[in-house]
Amino acid sequence: MNATAVKTGTEGKVWGGGDEQPLKASYGKLMMWFFILSDALTFSGFLAAYGFSRFKYLNIWPIADEVFTHFPFLHGVDAPMYYVALMTFILIFSSVTMVLAVDAGHQMKKNKVIWYMFFTILGGVIFVGSQAWEWANFISGEYGAVETKGGKIIQFVNQEGEQVTLESFAVELPRERTRLTKNEALWYESESSLPDYDLAEVVEGFKANPDLLVRTQLLNEEGRKVILSREESLAKLENDGVQVVQGANLVHNEYGPPLFADFFFFITGFHGFHVFSGVIINIIIFINVILGTYERRGSYEMVEKVGLYWHFVDLVWVFVFTFFYLV
Amino acid sequence: MYLHSSIWFNFKKIIIPQSGTIKKYIMAHDSAHHGSATKRIWTVFGILSIVTIVEVALGIIRPVFLIETHFLRMHLLNWIFIVLTLYKAYLITWAFMHMEHETKGLRRSVVWTGIFLVCYLIFILLTEGDYIFDVYKEGYVAWDF
Repeated sequence: MNATAVKTGTEGKVWGGGDEQPLKASYGKLMMWFFILSDALTFSGFLAAYGFSRFKYLNIWPIADEVFTHFPFLHGVDAPMYYVALMTFILIFSSVTMVLAVDAGHQMKKNKVIWYMFFTILGGVIFVGSQAWEWANFISGEYGAVETKGGKIIQFVNQEGEQVTLESFAVELPRERTRLTKNEALWYESESSLPDYDLAEVVEGFKANPDLLVRTQLLNEEGRKVILSREESLAKLENDGVQVVQGANLVHNEYGPPLFADFFFFITGFHGFHVFSGVIINIIIFINVILGTYERRGSYEMVEKVGLYWHFVDLVWVFVFTFFYLV
Repeated sequence: MYLHSSIWFNFKKIIIPQSGTIKKYIMAHDSAHHGSATKRIWTVFGILSIVTIVEVALGIIRPVFLIETHFLRMHLLNWIFIVLTLYKAYLITWAFMHMEHETKGLRRSVVWTGIFLVCYLIFILLTEGDYIFDVYKEGYVAWDF
Protein backbone atom coordinates (compact mmCIF):
# COMPACT_ATOMS: atom_id res chain seq x y z
CA MET A 1 0.00 0.00 0.00
CA ASN A 2 2.60 2.49 1.10
CA ALA A 3 4.62 1.76 -1.97
CA THR A 4 2.29 4.02 -3.91
CA ALA A 5 2.97 7.09 -1.71
CA VAL A 6 4.41 9.85 -3.82
CA LYS A 7 6.60 12.67 -2.55
CA THR A 8 5.06 15.95 -3.55
CA GLY A 9 7.69 18.21 -2.02
CA THR A 10 5.18 19.75 0.31
CA GLU A 11 5.21 17.11 3.06
CA GLY A 12 4.52 18.42 6.51
CA LYS A 13 2.92 21.50 5.06
CA VAL A 14 -0.26 20.13 3.60
CA TRP A 15 -2.66 17.41 4.54
CA GLY A 16 -1.94 13.92 3.25
CA GLY A 17 -3.37 13.70 -0.21
CA GLY A 18 -2.33 16.87 -1.98
CA ASP A 19 -2.89 20.54 -2.26
CA GLU A 20 -6.58 20.63 -1.52
CA GLN A 21 -6.61 22.19 1.98
CA PRO A 22 -9.73 22.10 4.09
CA LEU A 23 -10.68 25.68 5.00
CA LYS A 24 -7.56 26.89 3.19
CA ALA A 25 -5.49 26.35 6.33
CA SER A 26 -2.54 24.05 6.86
CA TYR A 27 -2.96 21.03 9.09
CA GLY A 28 -0.92 22.54 11.91
CA LYS A 29 -2.72 25.82 11.92
CA LEU A 30 -6.16 24.26 11.86
CA MET A 31 -5.27 21.91 14.69
CA MET A 32 -3.86 24.83 16.67
CA TRP A 33 -7.16 26.63 16.24
CA PHE A 34 -9.15 23.65 17.46
CA PHE A 35 -6.78 23.15 20.38
CA ILE A 36 -7.29 26.79 21.27
CA LEU A 37 -11.05 26.35 21.04
CA SER A 38 -10.99 23.41 23.45
CA ASP A 39 -8.60 25.19 25.79
CA ALA A 40 -10.86 28.26 25.70
CA LEU A 41 -13.74 26.03 26.78
CA THR A 42 -11.65 24.75 29.70
CA PHE A 43 -10.96 28.28 30.86
CA SER A 44 -14.61 29.18 30.32
CA GLY A 45 -15.51 26.26 32.55
CA PHE A 46 -13.29 27.63 35.32
CA LEU A 47 -14.51 31.18 34.95
CA ALA A 48 -18.15 30.10 34.78
CA ALA A 49 -17.61 28.03 37.94
CA TYR A 50 -16.14 31.15 39.53
CA GLY A 51 -19.26 33.03 38.44
CA PHE A 52 -21.42 30.28 39.96
CA SER A 53 -19.67 30.54 43.33
CA ARG A 54 -19.75 34.28 43.23
CA PHE A 55 -23.48 34.34 42.58
CA LYS A 56 -23.93 31.78 45.34
CA TYR A 57 -22.06 33.97 47.84
CA LEU A 58 -22.98 37.27 46.21
CA ASN A 59 -23.39 39.20 49.46
CA ILE A 60 -20.21 38.02 51.19
CA TRP A 61 -17.66 38.00 48.33
CA PRO A 62 -14.38 39.91 48.94
CA ILE A 63 -13.85 43.28 47.24
CA ALA A 64 -10.96 42.83 44.78
CA ASP A 65 -9.76 46.42 45.27
CA GLU A 66 -9.07 45.62 48.92
CA VAL A 67 -7.33 42.34 48.25
CA PHE A 68 -4.85 43.28 45.54
CA THR A 69 -3.35 46.54 46.74
CA HIS A 70 0.38 46.02 46.48
CA PHE A 71 2.87 47.60 44.12
CA PRO A 72 6.60 46.81 44.06
CA PHE A 73 8.78 49.21 46.07
CA LEU A 74 5.74 51.02 47.41
CA HIS A 75 5.30 49.46 50.81
CA GLY A 76 2.20 50.39 52.71
CA VAL A 77 0.83 52.42 49.80
CA ASP A 78 -2.70 51.48 48.90
CA ALA A 79 -2.48 50.90 45.14
CA PRO A 80 -5.47 48.88 44.00
CA MET A 81 -5.20 47.41 40.51
CA TYR A 82 -2.18 49.39 39.32
CA TYR A 83 0.06 46.36 39.46
CA VAL A 84 -2.35 44.06 37.69
CA ALA A 85 -2.93 46.77 35.07
CA LEU A 86 0.82 46.88 34.53
CA MET A 87 0.86 43.09 34.12
CA THR A 88 -1.92 43.39 31.56
CA PHE A 89 0.12 45.92 29.61
CA ILE A 90 3.20 43.71 29.70
CA LEU A 91 1.20 40.81 28.28
CA ILE A 92 -0.53 42.91 25.61
CA PHE A 93 2.81 44.34 24.59
CA SER A 94 4.39 40.91 24.32
CA SER A 95 1.43 39.99 22.11
CA VAL A 96 2.26 42.96 19.89
CA THR A 97 5.91 41.92 19.53
CA MET A 98 4.71 38.39 18.76
CA VAL A 99 2.46 39.55 15.95
CA LEU A 100 5.31 41.73 14.66
CA ALA A 101 7.50 38.62 14.64
CA VAL A 102 4.86 36.77 12.64
CA ASP A 103 4.68 39.69 10.22
CA ALA A 104 8.48 39.78 9.86
CA GLY A 105 8.32 36.04 9.20
CA HIS A 106 5.94 36.62 6.32
CA GLN A 107 8.55 38.94 4.85
CA MET A 108 11.28 36.35 5.53
CA LYS A 109 13.29 38.80 7.64
CA LYS A 110 15.15 36.50 9.98
CA ASN A 111 16.82 39.10 12.19
CA LYS A 112 13.59 40.95 12.82
CA VAL A 113 11.89 37.69 13.77
CA ILE A 114 14.70 36.94 16.21
CA TRP A 115 14.46 40.32 17.95
CA TYR A 116 10.70 40.41 18.17
CA MET A 117 10.59 36.86 19.53
CA PHE A 118 13.23 37.80 22.07
CA PHE A 119 11.08 40.65 23.38
CA THR A 120 8.04 38.39 23.41
CA ILE A 121 9.85 35.85 25.57
CA LEU A 122 11.13 38.61 27.84
CA GLY A 123 7.58 39.92 28.32
CA GLY A 124 6.34 36.43 29.12
CA VAL A 125 9.04 35.88 31.73
CA ILE A 126 8.33 39.23 33.38
CA PHE A 127 4.63 38.39 33.46
CA VAL A 128 5.16 35.01 35.13
CA GLY A 129 7.46 36.63 37.67
CA SER A 130 4.86 39.28 38.41
CA GLN A 131 2.25 36.64 38.93
CA ALA A 132 4.53 34.85 41.40
CA TRP A 133 4.92 38.11 43.31
CA GLU A 134 1.15 38.58 43.32
CA TRP A 135 0.73 35.07 44.70
CA ALA A 136 3.34 35.66 47.39
CA ASN A 137 1.48 38.75 48.62
CA PHE A 138 -1.84 36.97 48.54
CA ILE A 139 -0.49 33.96 50.45
CA SER A 140 1.25 35.95 53.16
CA GLY A 141 -1.77 38.23 53.63
CA GLU A 142 -1.85 41.73 54.96
CA TYR A 143 -4.09 42.43 57.95
CA GLY A 144 -5.01 39.03 59.35
CA ALA A 145 -8.52 38.05 60.48
CA VAL A 146 -10.46 35.69 62.72
CA GLU A 147 -12.49 32.77 61.48
CA THR A 148 -15.83 32.05 63.15
CA LYS A 149 -17.59 28.79 63.96
CA GLY A 150 -19.63 29.10 60.78
CA GLY A 151 -16.47 29.37 58.70
CA LYS A 152 -16.99 33.09 58.14
CA ILE A 153 -14.26 35.71 58.37
CA ILE A 154 -14.30 38.74 60.65
CA GLN A 155 -11.80 41.54 60.13
CA PHE A 156 -10.80 44.45 62.34
CA VAL A 157 -11.23 48.13 61.59
CA ASN A 158 -10.71 51.42 63.42
CA GLN A 159 -13.33 54.13 63.95
CA GLU A 160 -12.75 55.44 60.41
CA GLY A 161 -13.54 52.03 58.97
CA GLU A 162 -9.97 51.38 57.85
CA GLN A 163 -8.63 47.88 58.31
CA VAL A 164 -5.99 47.39 60.99
CA THR A 165 -3.40 44.66 61.26
CA LEU A 166 -3.46 42.08 64.03
CA GLU A 167 0.05 42.98 65.06
CA SER A 168 -1.00 46.56 65.79
CA PHE A 169 -3.27 45.52 68.66
CA ALA A 170 -2.75 41.88 69.65
CA VAL A 171 -1.11 41.45 73.07
CA GLU A 172 1.64 39.03 73.97
CA LEU A 173 0.41 36.28 76.26
CA PRO A 174 2.34 33.29 77.55
CA ARG A 175 1.72 30.58 74.95
CA GLU A 176 1.65 26.86 75.49
CA ARG A 177 0.71 25.84 72.01
CA THR A 178 3.63 25.05 69.71
CA ARG A 179 3.69 23.82 66.19
CA LEU A 180 3.22 20.07 65.88
CA THR A 181 5.98 18.47 63.88
CA LYS A 182 6.55 14.89 62.84
CA ASN A 183 9.34 14.24 65.31
CA GLU A 184 6.96 14.87 68.20
CA ALA A 185 3.93 12.73 69.04
CA LEU A 186 3.11 10.55 66.01
CA TRP A 187 5.34 10.39 62.97
CA TYR A 188 2.50 10.93 60.54
CA GLU A 189 1.01 13.93 62.31
CA SER A 190 2.11 17.46 61.64
CA GLU A 191 0.57 20.85 60.89
CA SER A 192 1.32 23.93 58.88
CA SER A 193 2.91 26.96 60.51
CA LEU A 194 0.87 28.61 63.25
CA PRO A 195 -0.31 32.22 62.92
CA ASP A 196 1.79 34.82 64.73
CA TYR A 197 -0.97 35.34 67.28
CA ASP A 198 -3.52 33.03 68.81
CA LEU A 199 -7.15 33.82 69.41
CA ALA A 200 -6.75 34.73 73.11
CA GLU A 201 -4.09 37.32 72.26
CA VAL A 202 -6.30 38.90 69.62
CA VAL A 203 -9.35 38.93 71.93
CA GLU A 204 -7.40 40.52 74.79
CA GLY A 205 -5.89 43.11 72.47
CA PHE A 206 -9.31 43.90 71.03
CA LYS A 207 -10.78 44.41 74.53
CA ALA A 208 -7.93 46.71 75.47
CA ASN A 209 -8.47 48.96 72.41
CA PRO A 210 -11.91 50.60 72.64
CA ASP A 211 -11.48 52.15 69.18
CA LEU A 212 -11.57 48.83 67.36
CA LEU A 213 -14.60 47.35 65.66
CA VAL A 214 -15.36 44.13 63.83
CA ARG A 215 -16.10 44.11 60.13
CA THR A 216 -18.14 41.20 58.77
CA GLN A 217 -18.11 39.63 55.31
CA LEU A 218 -21.58 40.90 54.59
CA LEU A 219 -21.93 43.54 51.87
CA ASN A 220 -24.48 46.33 52.35
CA GLU A 221 -26.51 48.11 49.66
CA GLU A 222 -23.59 50.34 48.63
CA GLY A 223 -21.29 47.34 48.23
CA ARG A 224 -19.36 48.01 51.44
CA LYS A 225 -18.69 45.51 54.20
CA VAL A 226 -20.98 45.83 57.26
CA ILE A 227 -19.23 47.08 60.42
CA LEU A 228 -20.66 46.06 63.79
CA SER A 229 -21.05 48.31 66.84
CA ARG A 230 -18.58 47.95 69.70
CA GLU A 231 -20.91 45.72 71.78
CA GLU A 232 -21.82 43.53 68.84
CA SER A 233 -18.16 43.34 67.89
CA LEU A 234 -17.12 42.12 71.34
CA ALA A 235 -19.92 39.57 71.42
CA LYS A 236 -19.14 38.33 67.91
CA LEU A 237 -15.45 37.91 68.59
CA GLU A 238 -15.83 36.21 71.96
CA ASN A 239 -18.72 33.91 71.13
CA ASP A 240 -18.03 32.97 67.53
CA GLY A 241 -14.29 33.30 67.00
CA VAL A 242 -12.48 30.01 66.51
CA GLN A 243 -9.04 30.76 65.14
CA VAL A 244 -6.75 33.39 63.74
CA VAL A 245 -6.18 33.39 59.99
CA GLN A 246 -3.27 35.12 58.33
CA GLY A 247 -2.99 35.13 54.57
CA ALA A 248 -4.64 32.62 52.32
CA ASN A 249 -4.31 28.98 51.39
CA LEU A 250 -6.76 26.45 49.98
CA VAL A 251 -8.54 25.97 53.31
CA HIS A 252 -8.45 29.34 55.10
CA ASN A 253 -8.53 32.80 53.64
CA GLU A 254 -8.28 36.05 55.56
CA TYR A 255 -10.00 38.00 52.77
CA GLY A 256 -13.28 36.06 52.80
CA PRO A 257 -14.66 32.73 51.61
CA PRO A 258 -11.92 30.12 51.01
CA LEU A 259 -13.50 29.57 47.58
CA PHE A 260 -12.21 32.98 46.52
CA ALA A 261 -8.66 31.88 47.24
CA ASP A 262 -9.24 28.47 45.63
CA PHE A 263 -10.43 30.05 42.40
CA PHE A 264 -7.67 32.63 42.50
CA PHE A 265 -4.99 29.96 42.83
CA PHE A 266 -6.59 27.66 40.33
CA ILE A 267 -7.45 30.08 37.55
CA THR A 268 -4.43 32.38 37.72
CA GLY A 269 -2.29 29.30 38.33
CA PHE A 270 -3.64 27.55 35.26
CA HIS A 271 -3.18 30.71 33.26
CA GLY A 272 0.34 31.16 34.64
CA PHE A 273 1.08 27.59 33.63
CA HIS A 274 -0.04 28.46 30.11
CA VAL A 275 2.23 31.50 30.05
CA PHE A 276 5.08 29.37 31.31
CA SER A 277 4.57 26.68 28.68
CA GLY A 278 4.13 29.42 26.08
CA VAL A 279 7.51 30.82 27.06
CA ILE A 280 9.09 27.37 26.75
CA ILE A 281 7.54 26.78 23.31
CA ASN A 282 8.57 30.28 22.23
CA ILE A 283 12.15 29.57 23.32
CA ILE A 284 12.22 26.36 21.26
CA ILE A 285 10.95 28.19 18.17
CA PHE A 286 13.32 31.09 18.92
CA ILE A 287 16.28 28.70 18.84
CA ASN A 288 15.00 27.21 15.60
CA VAL A 289 14.74 30.67 14.07
CA ILE A 290 18.33 31.44 15.08
CA LEU A 291 19.49 28.13 13.63
CA GLY A 292 17.80 29.09 10.38
CA THR A 293 15.42 26.13 10.29
CA TYR A 294 12.55 28.16 8.91
CA GLU A 295 14.76 30.12 6.56
CA ARG A 296 15.70 26.80 4.92
CA ARG A 297 12.12 25.57 5.04
CA GLY A 298 11.10 28.70 3.17
CA SER A 299 8.27 29.48 5.55
CA TYR A 300 7.93 30.90 9.04
CA GLU A 301 4.54 29.30 9.59
CA MET A 302 5.79 27.70 12.80
CA VAL A 303 6.25 31.18 14.28
CA GLU A 304 2.68 31.91 13.28
CA LYS A 305 1.43 28.79 15.05
CA VAL A 306 3.17 29.50 18.35
CA GLY A 307 1.99 33.07 17.86
CA LEU A 308 -1.59 31.83 17.87
CA TYR A 309 -0.98 30.10 21.18
CA TRP A 310 0.69 33.16 22.65
CA HIS A 311 -2.17 35.46 21.65
CA PHE A 312 -4.58 32.99 23.15
CA VAL A 313 -2.76 33.26 26.48
CA ASP A 314 -3.19 37.03 26.26
CA LEU A 315 -6.84 36.58 25.33
CA VAL A 316 -7.49 34.48 28.43
CA TRP A 317 -5.78 37.06 30.62
CA VAL A 318 -8.14 39.74 29.32
CA PHE A 319 -11.03 37.72 30.74
CA VAL A 320 -9.28 36.75 33.98
CA PHE A 321 -8.42 40.42 34.53
CA THR A 322 -12.04 41.46 34.09
CA PHE A 323 -13.66 38.79 36.20
CA PHE A 324 -11.13 38.68 39.02
CA TYR A 325 -10.13 42.28 39.39
CA LEU A 326 -12.76 44.51 37.83
CA VAL A 327 -16.27 43.08 38.05
CA MET B 1 -8.66 3.68 0.11
CA TYR B 2 -5.12 4.97 0.37
CA LEU B 3 -4.18 3.71 -3.02
CA HIS B 4 -7.32 5.10 -4.53
CA SER B 5 -6.93 8.61 -3.10
CA SER B 6 -3.28 9.05 -3.95
CA ILE B 7 -3.95 8.02 -7.52
CA TRP B 8 -6.79 10.48 -7.64
CA PHE B 9 -4.66 13.33 -6.37
CA ASN B 10 -1.84 12.53 -8.72
CA PHE B 11 -4.36 12.51 -11.49
CA LYS B 12 -5.64 15.87 -10.33
CA LYS B 13 -2.10 17.21 -10.30
CA ILE B 14 -1.80 16.29 -13.92
CA ILE B 15 -5.08 17.77 -15.07
CA ILE B 16 -4.84 20.88 -12.88
CA PRO B 17 -1.48 22.44 -13.71
CA GLN B 18 -1.13 24.81 -10.72
CA SER B 19 0.84 22.64 -8.33
CA GLY B 20 2.17 24.33 -5.27
CA THR B 21 -0.90 26.49 -5.36
CA ILE B 22 -0.82 26.79 -1.62
CA LYS B 23 2.52 28.43 -1.60
CA LYS B 24 1.41 30.81 -4.29
CA TYR B 25 -1.78 31.45 -2.40
CA ILE B 26 0.10 32.23 0.82
CA MET B 27 2.48 34.57 -0.94
CA ALA B 28 -0.24 36.42 -2.80
CA HIS B 29 -2.17 36.55 0.39
CA ASP B 30 0.75 38.08 2.27
CA SER B 31 1.61 40.76 -0.20
CA ALA B 32 -2.05 41.71 -0.36
CA HIS B 33 -2.19 42.96 3.24
CA HIS B 34 1.44 43.64 3.63
CA GLY B 35 2.19 47.31 3.69
CA SER B 36 -0.52 48.17 6.17
CA ALA B 37 0.09 45.14 8.42
CA THR B 38 2.41 46.85 10.89
CA LYS B 39 0.32 49.97 10.90
CA ARG B 40 -2.75 47.92 11.79
CA ILE B 41 -0.84 46.13 14.57
CA TRP B 42 0.11 49.42 16.22
CA THR B 43 -3.39 50.83 15.78
CA VAL B 44 -4.86 47.78 17.48
CA PHE B 45 -2.29 48.04 20.25
CA GLY B 46 -3.32 51.68 20.74
CA ILE B 47 -6.99 50.76 21.00
CA LEU B 48 -6.28 47.88 23.40
CA SER B 49 -4.23 50.21 25.62
CA ILE B 50 -6.88 52.91 25.69
CA VAL B 51 -9.60 50.38 26.52
CA THR B 52 -7.47 48.92 29.33
CA ILE B 53 -6.75 52.37 30.76
CA VAL B 54 -10.47 53.19 30.68
CA GLU B 55 -11.24 49.90 32.46
CA VAL B 56 -8.68 50.51 35.18
CA ALA B 57 -9.81 54.12 35.66
CA LEU B 58 -13.44 53.02 35.97
CA GLY B 59 -12.37 50.24 38.34
CA ILE B 60 -10.60 52.68 40.64
CA ILE B 61 -13.14 55.50 40.52
CA ARG B 62 -16.25 53.29 40.45
CA PRO B 63 -18.68 56.09 39.52
CA VAL B 64 -21.70 55.97 41.82
CA PHE B 65 -24.34 56.41 39.13
CA LEU B 66 -22.99 53.42 37.19
CA ILE B 67 -23.17 51.24 40.30
CA GLU B 68 -26.65 52.41 41.24
CA THR B 69 -28.10 51.82 37.78
CA HIS B 70 -29.08 48.22 37.31
CA PHE B 71 -29.61 46.39 34.07
CA LEU B 72 -30.52 42.70 33.84
CA ARG B 73 -29.70 42.07 37.52
CA MET B 74 -26.18 43.53 37.33
CA HIS B 75 -25.07 47.10 37.78
CA LEU B 76 -24.18 49.04 34.68
CA LEU B 77 -20.47 49.26 35.51
CA ASN B 78 -20.12 45.48 35.30
CA TRP B 79 -21.87 45.48 31.93
CA ILE B 80 -19.45 48.14 30.69
CA PHE B 81 -16.51 46.00 31.83
CA ILE B 82 -17.91 42.93 30.08
CA VAL B 83 -18.61 44.76 26.82
CA LEU B 84 -15.13 46.30 26.80
CA THR B 85 -13.61 42.89 27.50
CA LEU B 86 -15.48 41.31 24.62
CA TYR B 87 -14.32 44.16 22.39
CA LYS B 88 -10.71 43.51 23.42
CA ALA B 89 -11.15 39.78 22.82
CA TYR B 90 -12.55 40.54 19.36
CA LEU B 91 -9.58 42.75 18.50
CA ILE B 92 -7.02 40.21 19.70
CA THR B 93 -8.67 37.36 17.81
CA TRP B 94 -9.34 39.26 14.60
CA ALA B 95 -6.21 41.38 14.30
CA PHE B 96 -3.48 39.58 16.24
CA MET B 97 -4.57 36.02 15.56
CA HIS B 98 -5.40 36.94 11.94
CA MET B 99 -8.90 35.54 12.18
CA GLU B 100 -9.97 38.24 9.70
CA HIS B 101 -7.85 36.58 7.00
CA GLU B 102 -9.16 33.06 7.58
CA THR B 103 -11.99 31.58 5.58
CA LYS B 104 -15.53 32.02 6.72
CA GLY B 105 -15.80 28.31 7.50
CA LEU B 106 -12.82 28.27 9.83
CA ARG B 107 -13.93 31.46 11.52
CA ARG B 108 -17.40 30.18 12.19
CA SER B 109 -16.38 26.71 13.29
CA VAL B 110 -14.13 28.20 15.97
CA VAL B 111 -15.97 31.34 17.03
CA TRP B 112 -19.59 30.23 16.89
CA THR B 113 -18.90 26.91 18.59
CA GLY B 114 -17.08 28.67 21.41
CA ILE B 115 -19.64 31.43 21.86
CA PHE B 116 -22.60 29.05 21.80
CA LEU B 117 -21.12 26.65 24.39
CA VAL B 118 -19.88 29.43 26.66
CA CYS B 119 -23.25 31.22 26.65
CA TYR B 120 -24.97 27.95 27.47
CA LEU B 121 -22.57 27.20 30.33
CA ILE B 122 -22.81 30.69 31.78
CA PHE B 123 -26.59 30.68 31.63
CA ILE B 124 -26.89 27.32 33.38
CA LEU B 125 -24.32 27.98 36.09
CA LEU B 126 -25.31 31.54 36.94
CA THR B 127 -28.98 30.62 37.15
CA GLU B 128 -28.11 27.78 39.49
CA GLY B 129 -25.82 29.96 41.58
CA ASP B 130 -28.53 32.57 41.92
CA TYR B 131 -30.98 29.92 43.05
CA ILE B 132 -28.60 28.63 45.73
CA PHE B 133 -28.08 32.20 46.91
CA ASP B 134 -31.81 32.47 47.50
CA VAL B 135 -31.86 29.14 49.35
CA TYR B 136 -29.09 30.35 51.67
CA LYS B 137 -30.81 33.65 52.19
CA GLU B 138 -34.42 32.62 52.64
CA GLY B 139 -34.06 29.12 54.00
CA TYR B 140 -34.52 28.32 57.69
CA VAL B 141 -30.96 27.24 58.26
CA ALA B 142 -28.51 29.70 59.76
CA TRP B 143 -25.22 29.88 57.87
CA ASP B 144 -23.55 32.67 59.76
CA PHE B 145 -22.93 31.57 63.34
